[in-house]
Amino acid sequence: MEEKDLVIIGGGPAGLCSAISARKKGIDVLIIDENLRPGGQLFKQIHRFFGSKEHMAGVRGFIIGEKLLKEVKELGVEVWLNSIAYGIFKDKIIGVIKDGKNTHIKAKSIIISTGATENPLSFPNWTLPGVMGAGACQTMINIHRVLPGKKVLMIGSGNVGLIVSYQLLQAGAEVVGIVEIMPKIGGYLVHAAKIKRFGVPIYLSTTILEGVGKDEIKGAVICPVDENFKPIIKRKKYIDVDLICIAVGLTPLNELLYQAGCLFTYKGYLGGLVALHNENMETTVENIFVAGDCSGIEEASTAMEEGKLAGIAASEKIRNKKWEEEKEEIRKHLNDFRIGTFGEKRKLSKEEIIKEYYERIKT
Amino acid sequence: MKKKDLRIYKHPILGDMPEKKKIYIYFNEKKLTAYEGEMIAAVLYANGIRKLRKTERFKKPRGIFCAIGRCTDCVMTVDGIPNVRTCITPVKNGMKIEFQVGLGKWKKKIW
Repeated sequence: MEEKDLVIIGGGPAGLCSAISARKKGIDVLIIDENLRPGGQLFKQIHRFFGSKEHMAGVRGFIIGEKLLKEVKELGVEVWLNSIAYGIFKDKIIGVIKDGKNTHIKAKSIIISTGATENPLSFPNWTLPGVMGAGACQTMINIHRVLPGKKVLMIGSGNVGLIVSYQLLQAGAEVVGIVEIMPKIGGYLVHAAKIKRFGVPIYLSTTILEGVGKDEIKGAVICPVDENFKPIIKRKKYIDVDLICIAVGLTPLNELLYQAGCLFTYKGYLGGLVALHNENMETTVENIFVAGDCSGIEEASTAMEEGKLAGIAASEKIRNKKWEEEKEEIRKHLNDFRIGTFGEKRKLSKEEIIKEYYERIKT
Repeated sequence: MKKKDLRIYKHPILGDMPEKKKIYIYFNEKKLTAYEGEMIAAVLYANGIRKLRKTERFKKPRGIFCAIGRCTDCVMTVDGIPNVRTCITPVKNGMKIEFQVGLGKWKKKIW
């Protein structure tokens, strides 16, 4: 069986950054990714990123993706594409379906950076063609460059809902409105302002009652809700749309971590069940690390920093060396990102995760 | 390039669609223009075809839901092989794509 120092599962922003930082420490790295091209969801992010200059703020996501891929290539990181890691077995043996064939690989250390999946929202007819995830819509317009609909209703006013609405406008679609069940906008006001300048209404304290159509979506019924989130039926309204996008959050993709025996905790602000990890991103199973959205939903910027941290920490153990200063610098960057109403809560949740890691690792 | 479909040929950030080699695929005998590198479901959606299959029990229509190969809502029969995730499978010249009912039927042996 083939053996590797470090195997990274998932070649998105976190995985690519951990590969780069580990390779720079002279580690033999393999990235396993189920897609035909690495980069995860970076290539559909055509907006400029936030943060400070040194973190490539102001640079569009897909440009960052190209930069990371170039670096990975120059450093000679091995990448298996079209390869699905389906299981982690005893002694860090990973089962992989590579190009349709089953194979196994043994690793000294594993970084799991499998990302997240979009949350669904069920309402009558939500399974009809013409209802899709907002991220799915973003993939359609920015990667495949096809409009999945011409008149769009967005469900959810978090950053994904706002950004994808704006990108739909850029792609030439009409966004007839954004509905938000909460009494205030979920995402950053900068994004909301952009949408409002285009005259797109954001319906607060409003929900979707049903999608309308027989074979595909032809319309939607939206309805205001009272303070207990109960629809005020007499005020329901039909709108003509052919596409309904669902932007109601993400859930960490953590099946592999669970299967590997990592201990979990529930953190609502981070999207649900997440693996416990310490300040080095190492889980409760020694030499299995976690980074990016699968360790808690945040942003691509934080995923990249967590990836670097995990990459260096995994290298330390393989090489039996210490790069404490470098890690401390990255942790500082992570704290810089975790500010504001959303960031603060995530920062606290991350601190709780580390605390719980040390409490439960003893028992 | 044909301008009547739903492809986004011009984009304020991404620029003009790069020139790609033109190929042809078939959807239930209907010949469709595709470009190399495109995903099957994207070509169908570009041509206004959003109903990709019907479910086994209730015969309900399904289209693209996640677009990244996770949800399997977009599975169709491709060159005789059922349950192919069309949102992440690139087109090939002459490919035969069929609407799928339920779990589909094997029309080609691969083993």
